Amino acid sequence: MTSATPAIRLTGLTKTFGSVNAVDQLDLEIGEGEFFSMLGPSGSGKTTVLRLIAGFELPTSGTVELQGVDVTHRAPFDRDVNTVFQDYALFPHMTVLENVAYGLRVRGVGRAERAERAEAALASVALAGFGGRKPSQLSGGQRQRVALARATVVQPKVLLLDEPLGALDLKLREQMQVELKELQRSLGITFIFVTHDQEEALTLSDRIAVFNHGHIEQLGTPTEIYEAPSSPFVASFVGTSNIFDPSEAERMLGRTSTVSIRPEKIALHTPASKPAAGTVSLPGTISEVIYLGTSTRILVELEGGKRLTVLEQNASSRSALDRRGEMVHARFASADLVALEPVAA
Amino acid sequence: MRLSRAARVTLGTVTTLILAVIYLPLFVVFVNSFSTSTNLTWPPPGFTLEWWGKAFQNAGALEGITTSVQIALAATAISLILGTMISLALQRFDFFGRDAVSLLVILPIALPGIVTGIALNNFFRTILDVRLGIATIIVAHATFCIVTVFNNVIARLRRMGTSLEEASADLGAGVWTTFRLVTFPQLRSALLAGGLLAFALSFDEIIVTTFTAGAGVTTLPIWILDNLFRPNQAPIVNVIAVVLVIVSIVPIYLAQRLSGSEQLQK
Repeated sequence: MTSATPAIRLTGLTKTFGSVNAVDQLDLEIGEGEFFSMLGPSGSGKTTVLRLIAGFELPTSGTVELQGVDVTHRAPFDRDVNTVFQDYALFPHMTVLENVAYGLRVRGVGRAERAERAEAALASVALAGFGGRKPSQLSGGQRQRVALARATVVQPKVLLLDEPLGALDLKLREQMQVELKELQRSLGITFIFVTHDQEEALTLSDRIAVFNHGHIEQLGTPTEIYEAPSSPFVASFVGTSNIFDPSEAERMLGRTSTVSIRPEKIALHTPASKPAAGTVSLPGTISEVIYLGTSTRILVELEGGKRLTVLEQNASSRSALDRRGEMVHARFASADLVALEPVAA
Repeated sequence: MRLSRAARVTLGTVTTLILAVIYLPLFVVFVNSFSTSTNLTWPPPGFTLEWWGKAFQNAGALEGITTSVQIALAATAISLILGTMISLALQRFDFFGRDAVSLLVILPIALPGIVTGIALNNFFRTILDVRLGIATIIVAHATFCIVTVFNNVIARLRRMGTSLEEASADLGAGVWTTFRLVTFPQLRSALLAGGLLAFALSFDEIIVTTFTAGAGVTTLPIWILDNLFRPNQAPIVNVIAVVLVIVSIVPIYLAQRLSGSEQLQK
């Protein structure tokens, strides 16, 4: 990541649609061979950044560098990046093999060689023998793989993926996540992955940029993003957080700034037991119990009205569903509290 | 949706009546083309194939068909090229006055033919000072034939979206290559449907044609009008009319099937 030239360098990148700044003064470096995710809600500017890198949009100001070369004003076909589109964008009038070979065809690679390389690319995504079919005869997961093969067969330096797993069902999505990760390792190229699914971003990425309103809220490894969110937005967008605003923090925790605590860091105890040293203990009543299979989500209404979400692993099969109304103490190590920047206006 | 029995019967009757009003006269024309009566008395007094034989040796009719086909082919070709270009411009690019241009392109199909006819007649003769002839008819027909191509192509472009073209550019194809390998193949059936409709529209056009045809040019519709009320020609006109119906049905049917099957696919 700290190699001499980054795969992608964005400097002061701004894109305005009408009066809206979709991307606002963005500076970002993405390293060679990195699996980099851009995570954010829809409308946060992540897809626009991807389209700016691909060359489908021209920035209002700022520059895009690809391996140290300024490509800001180059057309998409003149950039060594390839895209896997959200809707796959397979050419419906061509066979699967023709789709995969397309990039080679327009580059003037000979018929025999491109057929061979396209076949190999199809084999690498476990679709050997599907070359003669039309995209309409494939399932969603297979189309996804064809799109991957089509984008990688031309050996780009950077692969851009725009919510590529969004249209797949859960099981297939988990399987494709593993395959994507393996593909990225074997190709050794930079992947830039756009998603609104925080779990997907945490699972796949080397680094994550959390987007909000056209700028990056936080940039870091999955662990940093999850364990040390820097703002209330990140804390609540990535996973679930119990956020205490400054007045609540002062009243209940003796802190002066906004702090948050993850639900799985909280344990529930009977009021009679003694809290260990260095733990915060907040009395309350269980108001809702939601069974989630591997875990149970418990809502605790604290004295004073503040609600806490607590996540308990279902280690034993004892049912927790009848615990509503129970008086408990919610306890957590005060070291697990994360201080957040105050909410930006 | 479920309808009551009374509603079904009523709607069925009304539909039958309307279709009968439209198609019975056509059937009469068909029957009359085999009639032994020269002034189209009803019911036909006898059956003969005489007129069918004569029609295909009638120099005026054959010349009219040739002229009409030539004009329709040329007008269709112009419409296909210009219609595709204007659709691409309006659908793929954003520029000042785009909506106005879009309206101006569609307008000719709504304008009364007589207005178009008078206007073009004036323009050709007094301003451009060109001789009226086949060329002026072709240009006149193209003004409204463009609309059918335009409508088909722009609807297809809209449904297609831009991601296929972006994918093509992304994979390294320049603008022309993308058009040749991706956009055009996607437009092919829309162009065929639009072109067939344009052909049909031009082939039987008479009002604008009357105003833009020179003295020596007789298209098939004009020939029919000239001969309908001449003694002894009426049955031949019926034969030609039947041929025209058949020739018109084929492109309309094909165009409808093309656009229909596309809609089902998606």
